[in-house]
Amino acid sequence: MIIGRVTGRAVSSRKDEKLAGAKLLLIEELDPEGAPTGDLAVTIDHLGAGAGDVVLVTQGSAARFTAPTKDRPIDSLVVGIIDNIRLDGRETFSKSSGFARAGKRR
Amino acid sequence: MLLQRVIGLVVADPKAEELGGVRLAVVEPLGADLAARGKRQVAVDTVGAAEGQMVFTVAAGPARAASGMAGRPVALAVIGIVDELAGLDAPGTGKAGKAGKGDR
Repeated sequence: MIIGRVTGRAVSSRKDEKLAGAKLLLIEELDPEGAPTGDLAVTIDHLGAGAGDVVLVTQGSAARFTAPTKDRPIDSLVVGIIDNIRLDGRETFSKSSGFARAGKRR
Repeated sequence: MLLQRVIGLVVADPKAEELGGVRLAVVEPLGADLAARGKRQVAVDTVGAAEGQMVFTVAAGPARAASGMAGRPVALAVIGIVDELAGLDAPGTGKAGKAGKGDR
């Protein structure tokens, strides 16, 4: 699973019928310290994530293993809105204050 | 399966119902020289690994074969803690070396 930030929404009026009603988010992948990796994903969300939220995204067939995504053509799904991240014993992210910009590890 | 090191923890709320009760660890892959190498990801931890511990992980479909993960939206799982690596060739030297918790 990866960490990402919601940067926007994709709107698609003509899509697979099994995606009817699905909310499509644009998610910029982040490393655990908050630096963008350069990858962007179109991701389904049923948790109510909004712009700027830092989220946990599951990928591949795992994305179909929730009640609302079962048997749908989905390979990327928001499975959590992240409260905090701790790395090497220190908090690098919290929902209230964002990422601590402490530079690169090592 | 990949050898990785647990470098952190993630707490998420809300979570997908199917992820209720799971522990989420940030893991970093280790290369042939056992140095950190590659993309850091988030894994479910089924074995209670602590930060800093060397673990092995399983990805994609097989991650859902980890204990308690069947039918859950899990793409990467920590399934074992490495106590010791033995008989590892020390990279670049052609010599056998050892890494882990010491000699036995």
